[in-house]
Amino acid sequence: MALVLTEEQSMLRDSARGLISDKAPVAHLRALRDGKDTTGFSRELWKTFAEMGFSGLLVPDQFGGSGLGCVEAGIVMEEIGRTLMPSPFLATSVLAASALSRGGSEAQKAQHLPKIADGSLLAALAIDEGAKHRPLQTKLQAARSGNGFKLSGDKAFVVDGHTADLLIVAARTVGSAGDKNGLTLFLVDPKAKGLAVERTAMVDSHNAARIVFDNVEVNADSVLGEVDQGFGLLEGVLNIGRGAVASEMVGLSDEVFGRTVTYLKERKQFGKAIGEFQALQHRAAELYIDIEITRAAVLKALQALDADLGKAATAVAVAKARAGTTATLAVQEGVQMHGGMGMTDQFDIGFFMKRARVCQELFGDSNFHTDQLASGKGY
Amino acid sequence: MADLEKFRAETRAWLEQNCPPEMRKPMTSDGDTFWGGRNAKFSSDAQRVWFERMRDKGWTVPHWPKEYGGGGLDGEEAKIVRQEMAAIGARQPLTSFGISMLGPALLQYGTEEQKKEHLPKITAGLIRWCQGYSEPNAGSDLASLQTRAVGDGDDYIINGQKIWTSYANYADWIFCLVRTDPAAKKHDGISFILFDMTSKGVSTKPILLISGYSPFCETFFDNVRVPKSHVVGTVNRGWDVAKYLLQHERAMISGMGERGVGRPLGQIAADSVGADAQGRLDDAQLRSQIASFEVDEAALAAAAERAVDLAKAGQSHPAFSSAMKYYGTELNKRRYEILMSAGGIDALEWESDRSRGGARPRAWLRTKANSIEGGTSEVMLGIVAKRILDLPGA
Repeated sequence: MALVLTEEQSMLRDSARGLISDKAPVAHLRALRDGKDTTGFSRELWKTFAEMGFSGLLVPDQFGGSGLGCVEAGIVMEEIGRTLMPSPFLATSVLAASALSRGGSEAQKAQHLPKIADGSLLAALAIDEGAKHRPLQTKLQAARSGNGFKLSGDKAFVVDGHTADLLIVAARTVGSAGDKNGLTLFLVDPKAKGLAVERTAMVDSHNAARIVFDNVEVNADSVLGEVDQGFGLLEGVLNIGRGAVASEMVGLSDEVFGRTVTYLKERKQFGKAIGEFQALQHRAAELYIDIEITRAAVLKALQALDADLGKAATAVAVAKARAGTTATLAVQEGVQMHGGMGMTDQFDIGFFMKRARVCQELFGDSNFHTDQLASGKGY
Repeated sequence: MADLEKFRAETRAWLEQNCPPEMRKPMTSDGDTFWGGRNAKFSSDAQRVWFERMRDKGWTVPHWPKEYGGGGLDGEEAKIVRQEMAAIGARQPLTSFGISMLGPALLQYGTEEQKKEHLPKITAGLIRWCQGYSEPNAGSDLASLQTRAVGDGDDYIINGQKIWTSYANYADWIFCLVRTDPAAKKHDGISFILFDMTSKGVSTKPILLISGYSPFCETFFDNVRVPKSHVVGTVNRGWDVAKYLLQHERAMISGMGERGVGRPLGQIAADSVGADAQGRLDDAQLRSQIASFEVDEAALAAAAERAVDLAKAGQSHPAFSSAMKYYGTELNKRRYEILMSAGGIDALEWESDRSRGGARPRAWLRTKANSIEGGTSEVMLGIVAKRILDLPGA
């Protein structure tokens, strides 16, 4: 398959870009932040996303979605990255839709997927527990109780956890932290007794939550996939999420870079545009090259995810690792080259820097994925 | 799509049947590369058989037209041949500057007569070419070159000196930049001309490099007589040809790190450094350097694949090869720094059989030229800044 977008994919990009740049420029995020909006995103805009078929992009046709793939999801994420639009798209339409369509029973799919597609159900994936992303280290306990389970433990960094109507929770049914065997995914109602959600205001003004589970009772039907054997499903879903976040970082990096190059051409010092200085030209050129190479690696990973999810791990590790370092470089160069203006809240560049830091941590930072690659290759 | 899958299956079967096992092992020395030419020698029978079979199939240059000895394949098919060759670690049957540099320029700018004369001899490995670009006072500022070509009837008389001419001492012909109008602005008085290295007045002198090898020469022209019909493109517009060729040269150099499948760096390192109980390299810093390198290497491979696909789709920027040249050469230097670090003391031996004549340190030193030859890294960044990013300034 050619490593370029098809005509249909280019059209999808154009329509996503048109909508997002029009309805949700960076000013949209700024307004939500300044207004201390408790939802943290626009429900109205989410309705538009549903009407345009974006919310059900990964939902199979028979459940009311478009049945498209990770490349298409990545295209939407890249446009989200350009304006830093806070949106349920990642948590609901990418992560939850993938988890349900790949691991759900027919009943679970029929119950939830159509609602994801029509925009009426918001979901969130609860994985992380410690300061760093270590899915194998999952400790949250799911103890057998009657026909069901009782969940106890803590989750953090649950994207959109505060607005979710449905939680997908990784828990340990047997074994101990570090074991692949013994992980199980559960579908949990956030209103269940013993469950407490705390919205955590984050550096990037996007949405996350800490969730405490205190003997939360779930029945046997709420198991997503197989008991004790949830790691394979989880890893597949996480890899799709990683590809999506890598795309967001490509969009973010490209936008910061574009704004920075424009500034280099406008800003005058010593009687000329600062873009005439070779010290800045070479740094700009290096960043451009870095972004283009990362863009190729990310598209490669998205295509690999669509071709064979089980064989995409290396390509995804490369993409997420690269996207993390590229975005980090892009935002640092962006602020530095904007000089004092880059440090002001009035300029948008700082928003990109904050979001890039969060995207780095989301589903494993560059160090995590570089280490995964080395371990995968046996050294 | 179905046709392409059929082509892939046929290609795979053909390669499986025709590529000798010896030609699927990673190359370990310069002798493993077959360059062709009047004085070409095969280093093994397998090398000869592999070359002849690929030549007869037209696959020394799969994407050139059949009438010039190529395979006549389109972009998708040529990509499949590359992928299937890579999958079994097949070596290139023929390497030459005729394929990677002159050929594309001739296809773009040459007359039909020039194409018919030169391209089939390139694909058949009969003529080995060298490149007469740099001069002692024209390096990064290539357009300031001074080698003169003065008209004399139907001929030019060429006088001057080139430097860093790769393998000039083995080459049969040269493609050369000469000044045909000294009064014009520096970019406007240059012509691109071809001539036989056995012409009277041509001499070469190898330059000993830090690697102990002499892949580059000084090349001298003393009243060399060349027919005017050997100019490629328009007289005094040779800079256009030169730039076009440089794009291909840069694409070639950026891919120099990709030499067959080989063993992963991490395993090469484990041989000398050792591993802990979990199988992790016993040098955490080195392990992390290797892993970061491999992330970047995989990303570059994707970018190279994408560059070809973008070109095919008519969406590529002509200066993008400068971006790839910059990244590919800097990455290859990193690879050899890692290899030297991984090899430790063993990688320092310079002459022993044990070290295959110091192959690793010599290759390490050779890579230092990657970011100089074909345009320095700094020149590449300047080209990206000006031509792609449109930043202001000279």
